[in-house]
Amino acid sequence: MKQTRIVITGIGLTAPNGNSLTEFRQNLLAGVSGITTIDVRYMGRHPAGMCTFDPLKYQKKKDVRIGTRVGGISIYCAREALADSGFKLDESDKSRVGIYLGITEHGNVETEQEVFNISQFKYDTKFWSHHHNPRTVANNAAGEVSLNLGITGPAYTIGAACAAGNMGLIHAAQMLRLGEVDFAFAGGVSESPQTFGIFAGFKSQNALAVHEDPTKASRPFDKARNGIVISEGGCIYTIERLEDAQARGAKIYGEIAGYCVNSDATDYVLPNPERQAQCVRKAIANAGMTVEDIDLVNTHATSTPQGDIQECLAIAEVFKSRSTPPHINNTKSFIGHTMGAAGALELAGNLPSFDDLIIHPTINIDNLDPQCDIPGLVINQPKVAKRVCAILNNSFGMLGINSTLIIKRFAA
Amino acid sequence: MTKDNCKKLVIDIISDIAPDEDLSAIKPEIRLRDQLQLDSMDFLDIVMELRKRHGIEVPEADYGQLASLESCADYLTPKFAAKA
Repeated sequence: MKQTRIVITGIGLTAPNGNSLTEFRQNLLAGVSGITTIDVRYMGRHPAGMCTFDPLKYQKKKDVRIGTRVGGISIYCAREALADSGFKLDESDKSRVGIYLGITEHGNVETEQEVFNISQFKYDTKFWSHHHNPRTVANNAAGEVSLNLGITGPAYTIGAACAAGNMGLIHAAQMLRLGEVDFAFAGGVSESPQTFGIFAGFKSQNALAVHEDPTKASRPFDKARNGIVISEGGCIYTIERLEDAQARGAKIYGEIAGYCVNSDATDYVLPNPERQAQCVRKAIANAGMTVEDIDLVNTHATSTPQGDIQECLAIAEVFKSRSTPPHINNTKSFIGHTMGAAGALELAGNLPSFDDLIIHPTINIDNLDPQCDIPGLVINQPKVAKRVCAILNNSFGMLGINSTLIIKRFAA
Repeated sequence: MTKDNCKKLVIDIISDIAPDEDLSAIKPEIRLRDQLQLDSMDFLDIVMELRKRHGIEVPEADYGQLASLESCADYLTPKFAAKA
């Protein structure tokens, strides 16, 4: 069956090392990490990735006060994407515009803050904020964007642990193909460093990164890696049906070629390389491609001792038939794990490769773990590719959810 | 606590609740909602801040007393005085 073609026409992002695609890409090619240290409530200082965009660029002070951090991140990214796309939203039917944002979790930040707040008043719940419920509903991030832009179409989030960034794009593409909407904001967002619970949870799992130099803390595939760096961020794309984009003369960053979402069904936390490999293979088949067609694989690897090996096993297995391996890189080595934003942000950092043919490296590999030594890994320095026509982006999450998204260079 | 001091404390709270508003020319007799962009959630914020900052309770039945700066001062000044 011939699928309706869906293309990316705008990108808005904020990452720990950049508040625009241009800045983000420059830092990925220059090896600039965005990781710093922050005070985590009850836990002292820890490496984390924080964004430095100006919330007041698109929001009033009152909206920043009432809304959530992730709402602000989402509004910034959506507005930047809209401006980049050139789409005339105010001249369009806003009931035909959708907002689909992937989230790993939501509500921890706001609930922890309220518990802390009432702790200052002997836990008297009459001091609990009346803003708590609208701040913690699962659709908060997408809802704040709809309020800010006056969009009256469907606006909701997709909860998919750390596979969520890809899921926002996948779901939006499906809605465009179904004809549910004519224009979509799609991607992923996260405010996770604002919650101590995620730091404490990973620490209790022995999966929280520790390093005296925060810029070295996120080091996927390195022998000395010891866990995740928790980061915030967001990346929202505008995506459209190809004919709509062409009709308005839109710039096209790439085309959604194929995808797969599957589940391990094996463990709450530990990944399953067989199911990951299956997810990658199914995405390639869904794109009508073969393993020979993939030029760049952006890994999910989070810098945990076990998870990185599992993904390497999966990738090596899928691409074992290739005489020349695809280029393989990792963006978390620069920005940490941006959770719900990870899939979308990491894809964005690689899309310019269609034009400049440069593969950004995986940094912080001083001693490559032999178990992660897979062919094609781009280590510490950017590499020039002969061809970049298809980028495969992995994002995996807890409870065994896997997502693979393939974007191809646009050719009319 | 004078009524003027009470008004100043209320304006301090409103400046945090509605940080985009110009509060320099508030007319004390005019309803706050008629001269500022305040909604019902903002009034709940004012009630909450009175509770947090000053230990003053405003029962729901008395919310109408917070309509204007002048009525706030009339209603709250005795409460502040009782706290002193």
